[in-house]
Amino acid sequence: MTRRTLFDKVWDAHSVVSDGAAPDVLYIDMHLVHEVTSPQAFEGIRLAGRTVRRPEQTVATMDHNVPTIDQLAPIADPVSAAQVEALRRNCADFGIACYGVGHRWQGIVHVIGPELGLTLPGTTIVCGDSHTATHGAFGALAFGIGTTDVEHVLATQTLRATRPRSMEVRIDGELANGVTAKDVALGVLRTIGTAGAAGHVVEYTGTTVTRLSMEQRMTLCNLTIEAGGRAGMIAPDDVTVAYLEGRPFAPRGEHWDEAVRAWEALRSDPGAAYDREVRIDAEELAPYVTWGTTPAQSVAVTDRIPDPDSFTDPSQRESAARALEYMGLVAGTPMEEVAIDVVFIGSCTNSRIEDLRSAAALMDGRQVAQSVRVLVVPGSQQVKLQAEREGLDRIFLSAGAEWRDAGCSMCLGMNPDFLQPGERCASTSNRNFEGRQGRGGRTHLLSPAMAAAAAIEGRLTDVRTFGARLTGAAS
Amino acid sequence: MKPFRCEHGTLVPLDRSDVDTDQIIPKQFLKRIERTGYGAFLFHEWRADASGVERADFVLNIDSYREGTVLVAGSNFGCGSSREHAVWALQDHGFRAVIAPSFADIFHGNALSCGLLPVTLAEHQVRALLDLALEEPGVECIVDLEDCTVSAGDLRFDFQLDPTKRRTLLEGLDDITLTLHNLDEISAFEATRPAWMPAVARAEETA
Repeated sequence: MTRRTLFDKVWDAHSVVSDGAAPDVLYIDMHLVHEVTSPQAFEGIRLAGRTVRRPEQTVATMDHNVPTIDQLAPIADPVSAAQVEALRRNCADFGIACYGVGHRWQGIVHVIGPELGLTLPGTTIVCGDSHTATHGAFGALAFGIGTTDVEHVLATQTLRATRPRSMEVRIDGELANGVTAKDVALGVLRTIGTAGAAGHVVEYTGTTVTRLSMEQRMTLCNLTIEAGGRAGMIAPDDVTVAYLEGRPFAPRGEHWDEAVRAWEALRSDPGAAYDREVRIDAEELAPYVTWGTTPAQSVAVTDRIPDPDSFTDPSQRESAARALEYMGLVAGTPMEEVAIDVVFIGSCTNSRIEDLRSAAALMDGRQVAQSVRVLVVPGSQQVKLQAEREGLDRIFLSAGAEWRDAGCSMCLGMNPDFLQPGERCASTSNRNFEGRQGRGGRTHLLSPAMAAAAAIEGRLTDVRTFGARLTGAAS
Repeated sequence: MKPFRCEHGTLVPLDRSDVDTDQIIPKQFLKRIERTGYGAFLFHEWRADASGVERADFVLNIDSYREGTVLVAGSNFGCGSSREHAVWALQDHGFRAVIAPSFADIFHGNALSCGLLPVTLAEHQVRALLDLALEEPGVECIVDLEDCTVSAGDLRFDFQLDPTKRRTLLEGLDDITLTLHNLDEISAFEATRPAWMPAVARAEETA
């Protein structure tokens, strides 16, 4: 029998029509929907006189546009309000569950899928959102699609898709203290580049990966798209099963037992061939911070901003020069000397409870630097509630940070949370593109712990020496 | 979908790699619920400064390129966000084809779905087209999907496209219509799905 990868197994199990020449018709188990990329798809369904084939396999939430202050008040921006209202109406008309503003399950679509138990191993999941890769942490095949494809899934519960190639990113070894899943992801991006996984579904393997918690695995898979990967996947194991058991939509009783048995087979066969393989030594990874305008442009926080002339590839050299100009940075400056104006802790990459705990642990009993504005935005209402139960909100508030309602917020600034021109932000999000967090805004991507350290110091700071330095200063 | 057979139009050089969809159409314009009207906002922050004054050095603001319909750009074009609005904005501005050494997967799929032809050529071929368009502003480019060639000046390159996608573009077919012919297979597949697969009963929304 052919030895197959995890990806092969999930793809094969969902291929409804496959004739080799044309793209496959791929069955979609779960379709997640948000307000930004769906209105034109629903309009298309209406105009063609079609209907939603499987509303029970479709779940909607509101995350991109929603304010994170006074979330229940009417949205002040009429265009945003109309988009949110359109989703509410579309869901009502087509019988789709909508966990929108005011619902206790509202949140970032990639946070609520897993926490509700809608994200299950071995399933296919799509969403009109590139960070759908997040759900691959459970051994699901999960990928982002455009609005025409959203309409296709609404109408047929399938997609016509060409089988991507497979790629193994194997990461072995212990992570040093202060090095997180975010740093692993940024380290992978440094190694393979912004298009290093294009056309591929990445499977993350190795001892480092299997030791990660589910939330850390989600952070790692989330950033696969920044390397151009179609999806990221991690084989389900006991950690996955323990996370899912008892979640609201996780299977129960004999269905649960049957599911767990099925998930045990969801791993790449020994010796299965990938189209491409990359190996990363976890012990060589450090806490990274981006200096440029692509997520691959990063250095260890203890390094200096690189000189564009140090890049041999002409397009990388030009891109670096342009990035430094946009970022207002000078080559050769130590990263730790870069002062910041704003800290954003949130986004589908890093807004889960473990992320908030990690930031709170560093901010506990300390004050954020006077010149710095700090936004802490939980990924969902459930994360918010959990954090408040643990007293994390009080830690953030006493430190001088703002504690907000759930949503995408300053990751992309579609709601009122965005940077002013020239403002420099230490951000736990996923994209440092020009203008991403607000026109003229300058983004440095890093882990939640590094963001918290930056908030206290008012500049980019090595989290590994941060605590020691403070203790030293106090004595 | 409007069929794509052959496009004659001005070649517009955008000489940078990793052009992300946040640049093609910034987020503030994604709040609209329409599918049209995004052209005015294409490359918004590169085209004009914060006060709305056009940047004279941006390619789309130079008269010889303003009416261009074929864009040629660096590698990994369309990376980042899945927003199909990026394709709609390019089309609404008048572009019918984009030529690059590589495209981000989601953008590539979106472009094909909407009838914007993504043409992948080798790095040196794209370099030659960029140089030609920069040296001879307004030069015409012919992108022919019937014989899969790109021609401009003395340059002529062959390109490849998935045969099924090529057919749907040539005939202006849409995927949903094609897939609806597979409804029997889809229903048969659904009947075999395990009971543990995810589903949300409408009643559970208020659980």
